[in-house]
Amino acid sequence: MDLTFASLSEISEAVKSKKVSAKEVAAHFQKRIESLDPKLNAFTSHNPNALEDAESTDSRIAKGEDVGLLAGVPFGIKEMLCTKDLKTTAGSKILSNFVPPYDSTVVARLKKQGVTVMGKLNQDEFAMGSSNETSFFGAVKNPWDVNRVPGGSSGGSAAAQAARLVAGTIGTDTGGSIRQPASFCGIVGVKPTYGRVSRYGIIAFASSLDQAGPMVSSVKDAALTMEVISGHDPMDSTSSQKLVPAWSQKLSTDVKGVKIGVIKEYMKGGLDADTEKTFSESLNTLKSMGAEIVEVSVSMSEFAVPIYYLIATSEASSNLARYDGVRYGYRAEFSSLAGVELEDFYAKTRGEGFGQEVKRRIMLGTYCLSSGYYDAYYTKAGQVRRMLTEQYLAAFKKCDVILSPVTTSPAFKIGELVSDPLAMYMNDIFTTSTNLAGLPGMSVPFGASHAGLPIGVQVTANHFDEQRMLNVAAALESVSPVKGRKPHVI
Amino acid sequence: MSYRGYEPVIGIEIHVQLQTHSKMFCADATNFDAADNENVSPVSAGMPGTLPVVNKRAIEFGIKTGLALGCDIRRKSVFARKNYFYPDMPKGYQISQYEQPICENGKITFKVNGVDKTVNISRAHLEEDAGKSNHSGAHTLINLNRAGIPLLEVVTGPDLRSPAEAAEYGRTIRQIVRYLDVCDGNLEEGSLRCDCNVSVRKTGAEQFGTKVEIKNVNSFRFVEKAIEYEIERQIDELERGGKIIQETRLWDPDKNRTFSMRSKEDAQDYRYFPDPDLLPLIVTDQWIEQLRQELPELPIARAKRFHEEHSLPESDAQVLTIEKSVADFYEATAQASKNHKASANWIMSELMRELNTANMDIDKSPIKPAQLGKMIAMIDAGTISGKMAKSVFQEMWDSGKEPDTIVKEKGLVQITDTSAIEKIVDEVLVNNAQAVEDHKSGKKKNLFGFFVGAVMKASKGQASPDLVNKILQEKLK
Repeated sequence: MDLTFASLSEISEAVKSKKVSAKEVAAHFQKRIESLDPKLNAFTSHNPNALEDAESTDSRIAKGEDVGLLAGVPFGIKEMLCTKDLKTTAGSKILSNFVPPYDSTVVARLKKQGVTVMGKLNQDEFAMGSSNETSFFGAVKNPWDVNRVPGGSSGGSAAAQAARLVAGTIGTDTGGSIRQPASFCGIVGVKPTYGRVSRYGIIAFASSLDQAGPMVSSVKDAALTMEVISGHDPMDSTSSQKLVPAWSQKLSTDVKGVKIGVIKEYMKGGLDADTEKTFSESLNTLKSMGAEIVEVSVSMSEFAVPIYYLIATSEASSNLARYDGVRYGYRAEFSSLAGVELEDFYAKTRGEGFGQEVKRRIMLGTYCLSSGYYDAYYTKAGQVRRMLTEQYLAAFKKCDVILSPVTTSPAFKIGELVSDPLAMYMNDIFTTSTNLAGLPGMSVPFGASHAGLPIGVQVTANHFDEQRMLNVAAALESVSPVKGRKPHVI
Repeated sequence: MSYRGYEPVIGIEIHVQLQTHSKMFCADATNFDAADNENVSPVSAGMPGTLPVVNKRAIEFGIKTGLALGCDIRRKSVFARKNYFYPDMPKGYQISQYEQPICENGKITFKVNGVDKTVNISRAHLEEDAGKSNHSGAHTLINLNRAGIPLLEVVTGPDLRSPAEAAEYGRTIRQIVRYLDVCDGNLEEGSLRCDCNVSVRKTGAEQFGTKVEIKNVNSFRFVEKAIEYEIERQIDELERGGKIIQETRLWDPDKNRTFSMRSKEDAQDYRYFPDPDLLPLIVTDQWIEQLRQELPELPIARAKRFHEEHSLPESDAQVLTIEKSVADFYEATAQASKNHKASANWIMSELMRELNTANMDIDKSPIKPAQLGKMIAMIDAGTISGKMAKSVFQEMWDSGKEPDTIVKEKGLVQITDTSAIEKIVDEVLVNNAQAVEDHKSGKKKNLFGFFVGAVMKASKGQASPDLVNKILQEKLK
């Protein structure tokens, strides 16, 4: 078996049937990380106990214990998710020394199913960014072209997965942070319905938008990982009680009679030619497979990016208040405490601990929530958000899933947009609405630019209708013109 | 009450610490005697990634208190974040209710110097407490045991008009939350914390004056004194032609004065917004009804009933209802004795005296209501005299034995047999012939008491005093 490109279930089956040990699998990927990651900067830290952890999976198998759906499968985890005894930094200086005393629910559930955690993956600081250039640990490079960004904020997860440094990764998505880098790196990335996956132990960026999800190499791997990490968690009040279906078992590529919605407001142009071509090919393909294309209207999507930035920054300004140097994380040095006021302590610690983009957003959010502006910004944004959600719900009465591009163009060059935050923010135009409405959405690779860069297509479904979303993605994947392409770095 | 032509306007905010076993938003314990930072989990410490989960019991305590204060209970209330930086506030915000509190529009009536006073409760909202900073030299040590303990903040309208009313209002709230068993009402330990908003205006004026907040006063006597001081201070200031500055002041009980803590000018912008980690709190009619059924009879209603149905004087009724445990004790005693007034008297005098001396709560009393009731019934039945009862009571207190056992063991049964008493009387009269002479001739006055005493002594105190009196009067005619 070629471990490098094996699917999650192939690895798990091989480990359980003792064709290969979990330790051998871990060692194989550890070697790949050692040789390839210096070119990518996808990993921020390695799990020093990965081999021992894998070994304990092996000994459990030897004892005949049930080791779960992902036995011995090596995973990389985004820095945003707390891992017990393993540094969790959110890509920030302010948490650069933080070692959580607990596992996030997502990581606990992966471990319960036998996953070997290989290490932590780089990201934009506090998941704020669309290019992975804001990390305290430096930019991540796109494995298809190391002069280009892998996308953000889960850029480390996307790059590690695309280069097969691990078999699976977990990212988080607040405004497109799983789907956009998945598209840029040619992998499958899923943002589940809000509430499907517990947020407990995921460092909060914008609580009402954040959701963790798989970033993997196939739709089936995505479905399987989703099964493992989804489900109600008593530690998260906003997590759903809905039962978790066996998505991977029910996966089907049959799209006959499935109504594919196209948002007419998205068809106004502004897409680069390759992206536009990929999108229209995906529509034609689905049509030829028996699906029906329906035009729907979500006029409020026009405001999605501004509403997103109002809500996300407001929540972030509050969520990031706890990083004050008092109890954990980075604390500024004071040559003498004499004359140092409390305010100075906070200002210096936060001033030194946070990067530019994070500070920009904290200030924006603080402004939006301040008295006198709250109604004009936060309240109004909330109202438009509700209208947007209603429009989506109305659209899903006419169609089963919505198809759209993921981004306006393939991966851009490192440094290209760094000085133009607004242009960078507009990169999220197709992805943010999904988070605002709490819908599930995913990116599946379906094309390539003339320069050979991957281009994905976004499938969005109604709340908790992940099965239909995954099925349409599986149909596209089965006939994808870019199937089997591998990035240059491998 | 007159204040040099001014009228004080007072509003009170009381933070009621709810006596739940776990914190408002996580499972950490809440015991007061825990070692420093013992009751702290990643959630209490505001660790990255942690999330709040609402404590159902705290909600129930909040609703019960709201119902007892005549509030409307919101079917949908919202937790908000109150953002500000402080080292003992781990998340950088406090979760509190802001625009949509769980209880609103209540009303409470109580007596101040015998007169009914009604105060509006504008709202009562749930929130979490902050931790505690202990300053030691150049360092500050932080204890987060208290961080996350549930509080219900009860807020009045600007309805109080005197320091006495304010203090009595505070006592009433304390009494109610103790009746409901939602708070131990211990001001010294901070279970109840009082903030007083005080302003003054010319008598008859419509508009309110500038208010000053006196924070964290830790006894109702101090509430009264602090407000009294503050009223005089504000009037002095106005009379001097000065202006009242809106500020927060603290009470110094040693110097008997308030002093400025911080001015409201640098007031924080708390940037309230609904906490996205918590869904709106939905309360069903059924749940509210169930909690209403669980409400005990409240002190004011109970005192009224004791006065009207038990024919106790108002003052007795009030004393007996200050604590639920005392009222319960009284009611059980009265039921056993069938004598309301005597039950009230024995509890308020003998029992209270013993309890106070022993520094003991009434529910720990070695004398149980049934025993005290039985003893009172024995007096009423003439089995023992009131005098004997005192020694029976003492013996009950010391040994916890049943009153009839004590009476039997000590042979304390009262002699009610007329012929037996007549015999003793005759003996006494024979032995004191001179005295009988003196009495009959009127030579000496007040000898009757001497004969009664002698008879009682001869009977070892067991003769029924009523009968002794009656027989003596006959024989000495």
